[in-house]
Amino acid sequence: MLASIIRSWAYGWIDKLYIQPKFHFSYYGFEWVQPISQYTYLLFIVCAISALFVAIGYRYRLAIVTFFLSFTYIELMDKTTYLNHYYFVSILSFLMIWLPAARYFSIDAYRNVRLRSQRIPRWTIDSVKLLLCIVYFYAGLAKLNSDWLIEAMPLKIWLPGRYDLPIIGPLLEQEWAIYAFSWAGALYDLAIPFLLLYGGTRLLGFSLVVFFHLMTSALFPIGMFPYIMIVSTLIFFSSSLHHRLLSGMASLGRFSKSIFDNNQSWKSRKAPLYKLQIGLVALFFALQLALPFRYLLYPGELFWTEEGYRFSWRVMLMEKAGSTNFKIVDQKNQKTFYVDNSDFLSSYQAKQMAFQPDFILEYAHFLRDHFTSQGHEQVAVYAESYVALNGRRSKQFIDPTIDLASQPISLLPKPWILPFHDQISGL
Amino acid sequence: MLYRYLSAIVLVTVLTGLLLTSCGDDGGGGTDLGDGSNDTFDRGAMLAHWADNIIIPAYLNYQSSLEGLVASSEAFVGEPSATTLSTLKNSWQQSYLSWQRVSMFEIGKAEQLVLRSFTNIYPTDTTGLLDNISSGTYNLALASKYDEQGFPAIEYLLFAHDENETVEDFAGNNAQGQYLLDLTSRLQSLTNEVVEDWQGGYRETFVADDGSSGTSSVNKMVNDYIFYYEKSLRAGKVGIPAGIFSGSPLPNTVEARYSGDFAKPLFLEALNATQNFFNGTPYSGGSNGPSLRAYLDHLNTIREGEDLGLLIDDQFESARLAAAGLDNSFFAQVESDNSALLALYDELQKNVILLKVDMLQALNINVDFVDADGD
Repeated sequence: MLASIIRSWAYGWIDKLYIQPKFHFSYYGFEWVQPISQYTYLLFIVCAISALFVAIGYRYRLAIVTFFLSFTYIELMDKTTYLNHYYFVSILSFLMIWLPAARYFSIDAYRNVRLRSQRIPRWTIDSVKLLLCIVYFYAGLAKLNSDWLIEAMPLKIWLPGRYDLPIIGPLLEQEWAIYAFSWAGALYDLAIPFLLLYGGTRLLGFSLVVFFHLMTSALFPIGMFPYIMIVSTLIFFSSSLHHRLLSGMASLGRFSKSIFDNNQSWKSRKAPLYKLQIGLVALFFALQLALPFRYLLYPGELFWTEEGYRFSWRVMLMEKAGSTNFKIVDQKNQKTFYVDNSDFLSSYQAKQMAFQPDFILEYAHFLRDHFTSQGHEQVAVYAESYVALNGRRSKQFIDPTIDLASQPISLLPKPWILPFHDQISGL
Repeated sequence: MLYRYLSAIVLVTVLTGLLLTSCGDDGGGGTDLGDGSNDTFDRGAMLAHWADNIIIPAYLNYQSSLEGLVASSEAFVGEPSATTLSTLKNSWQQSYLSWQRVSMFEIGKAEQLVLRSFTNIYPTDTTGLLDNISSGTYNLALASKYDEQGFPAIEYLLFAHDENETVEDFAGNNAQGQYLLDLTSRLQSLTNEVVEDWQGGYRETFVADDGSSGTSSVNKMVNDYIFYYEKSLRAGKVGIPAGIFSGSPLPNTVEARYSGDFAKPLFLEALNATQNFFNGTPYSGGSNGPSLRAYLDHLNTIREGEDLGLLIDDQFESARLAAAGLDNSFFAQVESDNSALLALYDELQKNVILLKVDMLQALNINVDFVDADGD
C-alpha cells in the first residue's frame, strides 16, 4: 500500500538541471561531492529512472538505494540550492530503503509470488507517519518566535507583494490579515500531526493540509513541495481507502489487483538482519529528533548566524538579504583590490552567499587560493558584508578586520560574525 | 463516501493549481480590484509615470540631440574646419549628457538591441577602430565591436589630437570621415528603433504588466536600475578608474578620457538621473510622481520601519557632496589625488547596500529574477 505514495512523488525533479558555475559551495565533510561535468546529466537520468522503478516497484531495493544515493549526491553538489523539501525527499528515501514497500501492487510482487504479502508490520507505516509528524511539528515549533508571532515577519514583507492575486489579493495588504496568516500558519503546523493521527479528525486534518498547501503554493514560489506533502499525508488514512485507490488505478490499467490480495503477512526471513534494520531506523529517528536542536550549542542569534539552521525544518521563517564584497590584500606587495563576485559566482550563488557565513568563509578560501595561484603572495581576504533580516535595516555582518583566509572551516562557532544587536525570542 | 470526498478534493486541487499557474504566467490584473480602497499602491500608475514622464521624454530628448550630432558631423566631414569641429564637439557633449539620462533604461527594445554596450563602452579600443578606418571593412553590429564605436570612439576621433591636427586628418582622410558618419548614424538608428518601440505599443505593454511576478515591469525595471547603478555608475565611472578592482589606479579607463574636462559633468548627470528616477521627478522637472520612494513610504505604513526612502535620497546627496570637490577631469583627479575618488566610491557603495539589500527586501523583489524555488 505504500506504492500509492511512492508513485505520486516520482514526478517533478526529473527535468531539473544544473547550470555549472566555476565554483560550488560544498557541505562540511562533503567537499568531495562535485558535479561530474557532462556526466551530471547522466546522474539526473539515473535518478529519474530509479524514481520510476521505485514507483512501479520494479527491483525495489536496488532502485530505492540508487535513488537515495543519486538524489542525495545531486543535493550535496552545491548547497546554494539547499531546500528543506529536498532534504525531506532525501531522508524519506533513506528511510524507505529499510521498508518493505514493494510487497504489494508492484512489479516485483507481480513477478515473484514469494515476495507478495498483503500485510506489512505496523511500524513500517508508522515510521513514515512519524517522519511527517516531525516535519510539521518542528516547523511549527520554529514559528514560535517573536518575529513570526509578534512582528508578523516575514509575512509582512511577502504577503503585500502578492496583492495582485485574485480574490485574496486585497486582503494581503491588511495588517490583521497578515497576523491571521502568521498565527494560523504556526497553529496549523503544530496541530496537523495530531489531527491526522486521530481517526475522528483525520478528514478535517487532510482538508486543512490541502487548503494550506494550495494557499502556500499560490502565495510563494515553492515548486513541488505542497503537492508532495498533500500526497504524502494520504498515508495517515486506513488501508481500506488505499485499497479503493489502488483498485481504481488497477481498473484504469485494465488489470485486477486481486492477485496481490493473498492475505499474507510480511515477515523478515533473517532475524538478525531484521533487528539491525529496526535498530537503524530507530537511530535515524533519534538523530532526526535531536538535529534541529543543535543550534543550542552555538552562541548568538540563530537567524543571524545560521549556525545550526539547516536540516531543522525551519521553513519560510526569514526574509534575509545581503551584499557582500571581498577585499583582497597581497600582504607581501602591499596591494589591495576588490573582487567582482560575478567573475566566479552565478547570480543565485552570489545572492545566497551574501548572507550565509559558511558560504562567505568557503568563498573567501576559494578566493585566497585563486589569487595565490595568480601570483599574489600572502593573500588576506576581508569581507565587507551588510545583511538585512526580516525588515530590519541592514547591518554590518562580518567583522571587516578579520582575515577570513586564515579562519578555519569547521562546525565550531564563528567568532567573526558581528553581533545581531537585536533580539528574537522563542524556540 | 470517503472516497468520493477525496476525489472531490483532488479535483479542486488540480483545478486550483491550473488556475494559479495561469494567473502566475500572465501576472496581470489586480489593480481594478483596488477601486474602493486607498490601501493598495498602484503599480500601474507608477509604471505610467515612469514611461510617460521620465523614460519617453528622456529618449525623445536624446533622440533630438542625436539629430544635432548627425547634422554637425555631416557638416564637419563635408567641410573640416575649426568652426565645424567646435560645433561638432559641442553636439557630442550635448548628446553624451542626454545619453546619461536614458542609459539606465535598458529594458524592452533597448535591452534587445544591447543599446548600452553599443553606445558607451570605454575605454575605446583605439587600435581596433584605427584598423577599421584603414581597412574600410567593419561590421559594427558585432559584439566584438562594442568598444570600437559609440561616444568613446567618436570622442577619440575628435579629441585625441589637437584641433589643427584633427581638422587636417579629416580633410586628408575620407575613410576617417566615413567612419565618423557611420558611428553617429548608428547611434541615431539604434535610438530611433527604441523610440519607435516605446511609441508603437511597448509603452502599453510596459504599463499593463503591473503584476508582482519576477518578469513584471516593476521587477525588471528595478533590477535594471540597480544593475546600472552598481555596474555603470559606481564601478564604471568611479570604481574601476580609482583602482578598486585592480589594486592600482587605472586612469586610462575613465569615461571621457580624451575630452579633458567632461567626466565629472557626465557623472553628475548620471547621478541626477538615478536620483530623479528614485524620487519620481519628471524629466522636465516639476513635482514628483509615483515612484520607488513613494512605494517604500506606502509599505512603511504597513510595516512601521525606518524611513528608507529618506535614507536613500540622503545618500544620493552625500555622493553628490563627495563629488563636489573633484576635478572635472577624472583622469587628472586619479593622477593628482585618487583618494578623493575612493571616497566618492565609498559613498556610492553605501547606496548599493540600501538599494540592493534594504529596498529590494522591502519591495519583495528578487535580484535578477532567478527562477528558483524557496521553502
